[in-house]
Amino acid sequence: MSTKASRVTARLMLAPAVILLLGWMLVPLTMTVVFSFQRYLPMRGGFQGWVGFDNYRSFVTSSAFWPSVQATLIIVGSVLIITVALGVLLAVLLDQPMWGQGIVRILVIAPFFVMPTVSALVWKNMFMDPVNGLFSHLWRLFGATPVSWLSEASMPSIVLIVSWQWLPFATLILLTAIQSLDSEQQEAAEMDGAGPINRFFFITLPHLSRAITIVLLIQTIFLLAIFAEIFVTTQGAFGTRTLTYLIYQRVLESQNVGLGSAGGVYAIILANIVALFLMRIVGKNLDR
Amino acid sequence: MSLKTSLGLASALAIVAASGSYAQSPSGTVTIATVNNGDMIRMQGLTADFNAQYPDITLEWVTLEENVLRQRVTQDVATRGGQFDVMTIGTYEVPIWGANGWLVSLNDLPDEWNADDLLPAIRDGLTVDGELYAAPFYGESSMVMYRTDLMEAAGLEMPDAPSWEFIREAAAAMTDGDVYGICLRGKAGWGENMAFLSAMANSFGARWFDMDWNAQFDSPEWLETVTFYNDLMTNYGPPGAANNGFNENLTLFQQGRCGMWIDATVAASFVTNPADSTVADSVGFALAPDNDLGRRGNWLWAWSLAVPAGSQSTDAAKAFIAWATSSDYTALVAENEGWANVPPGTRTSLYENADYLAAAPFAEMTLQSINSANPTEPSVQEVPYTGVQFVAIPEFAGFATEVGQEFANMLAGQQTVEQALERAQAVTTDAMEAAGY
Repeated sequence: MSTKASRVTARLMLAPAVILLLGWMLVPLTMTVVFSFQRYLPMRGGFQGWVGFDNYRSFVTSSAFWPSVQATLIIVGSVLIITVALGVLLAVLLDQPMWGQGIVRILVIAPFFVMPTVSALVWKNMFMDPVNGLFSHLWRLFGATPVSWLSEASMPSIVLIVSWQWLPFATLILLTAIQSLDSEQQEAAEMDGAGPINRFFFITLPHLSRAITIVLLIQTIFLLAIFAEIFVTTQGAFGTRTLTYLIYQRVLESQNVGLGSAGGVYAIILANIVALFLMRIVGKNLDR
Repeated sequence: MSLKTSLGLASALAIVAASGSYAQSPSGTVTIATVNNGDMIRMQGLTADFNAQYPDITLEWVTLEENVLRQRVTQDVATRGGQFDVMTIGTYEVPIWGANGWLVSLNDLPDEWNADDLLPAIRDGLTVDGELYAAPFYGESSMVMYRTDLMEAAGLEMPDAPSWEFIREAAAAMTDGDVYGICLRGKAGWGENMAFLSAMANSFGARWFDMDWNAQFDSPEWLETVTFYNDLMTNYGPPGAANNGFNENLTLFQQGRCGMWIDATVAASFVTNPADSTVADSVGFALAPDNDLGRRGNWLWAWSLAVPAGSQSTDAAKAFIAWATSSDYTALVAENEGWANVPPGTRTSLYENADYLAAAPFAEMTLQSINSANPTEPSVQEVPYTGVQFVAIPEFAGFATEVGQEFANMLAGQQTVEQALERAQAVTTDAMEAAGY
């Protein structure tokens, strides 16, 4: 119904937001792409000429590249499995009517509001420290030798920390989904003689499938970029160097902006492949 | 004469007068980026004395944690940001930045500042082509700190200059239940385990690079160094050593869990301080160990103050540096906080001061350690670089941290010595190729 004038006005009104968004996204992206084709070493006087695809080649052929992709996939995969599995369970539990429901829900969601650096520090120093940590005291209580978690079981430790952080997010989304589940349907199934396990697998879980795909999609995007937990705990040692951490090492520790930018472009490509893949699944699920 | 011209004349005179006074006494705002350790915080508390001498200079402090400081000042100096007028940097940065022309020469500090009083090893480390680019605030080397009571119980006597073999024997003799014979750095990082291992490797005759900048981790000397280190720590070290850096080991030593600890000389004042240390009255000191090859396993480091080339108030910044690194400042700290708390390791005169020697039982060993370090010829073999526990090239911090991770993995039992060295060699070779050597 819009007149030409109102369309123009609408565009004008939208323009600042669109320009800001584009600038926000395009300027850093373009700079990263431009840097990735340069030999750019700030500690050696900055720009030192164009090198074509050299940075891309040396980033991939470096001995650290494939292990880092592997580490990234392991962390993302394990955290997704743990958070979704436990998230569904917690959501079902929290959906039950009980005394103090509000407080319990807030407590369950609380870890999500703790900053990643802080939670990593707390886990590292208060739980996982082999001399003074809570786990080491527990181990000693039972006469066992304390485990130095972050060096001997570094990957499980990081997966544990990150899962602890993201579990509330999964729980929250899944809980709201469960609350939209029609209780009459449940009752009907019960009257037809379906036990609690059958009801869970044939009614609750299918009902949750959309919410689960959303959780998977959003978490994957954020988990591909986790950094603080690794920086604070292992600093990329003991096989926990992810792609993000490798890029950080190349740009800031080695002061090689060109090489790091090439890594950044790879990370963008990887994230987009994953996102596209997930979007299609979500799309399929939403169509049903 | 009209009102206008007289006003103009007056203001011109005022400007002349102002610039005249500027030439004599510097003025302006000096922004200082510094690290958050005890000595630097103490300095901030004493600035009233500086302002009494230079009322026209305003000091602004930006106090940061070590890693953050390093990133901030590096970015600022590389992009000529001009945010800071005085930067706190170490002996690793000074040769690189000085050679890049990023720092203002301090050769013209006043005569009473007395550059000849600086310890020669420290002064050499901060000089590039005859220009002094930074003034040392405090200097440190590394040495053996050990428990005299445990040594006695083990029936051993620590020589002033022990060998690595003796350290191994002593560690074996002192390891008992909750007490670990030796605590060494294991945490990955160029300033953590690699500082220790690079210095240790020097005493085993190893080097980072040959004269053509080829990485040397495939050499028998490195194999010997790392094997010795790994055996020592696996048999007589604390659990979880792969996560122990300076602070973790300090805590362990203060709790009485370590027989020996080879680390920075500045730790001496912490382990002998009865307020923090349970073993304060039974700590002895010795030079870092050697293998009779002519180099000891000790490093050399100095936190120093420098003026970046982008600074707008160079004169005021120099006035501040001259104040903060002078022997008068040392006397000022002694007067307020006692002699044991003065910043050590920069000036010969401090080690000739009877009051200081009486207050600091570790002074003699610190001085000997610093003097025995040789940043220009760190290894018995010829090397193309300067630096004892580092290689003064811009890429070092990056690849040394990655190499450190390989050795930390090894110490955690996730790979063998041979695998760690092989990967270290690959990482270093890659990085050097990328850097264009």
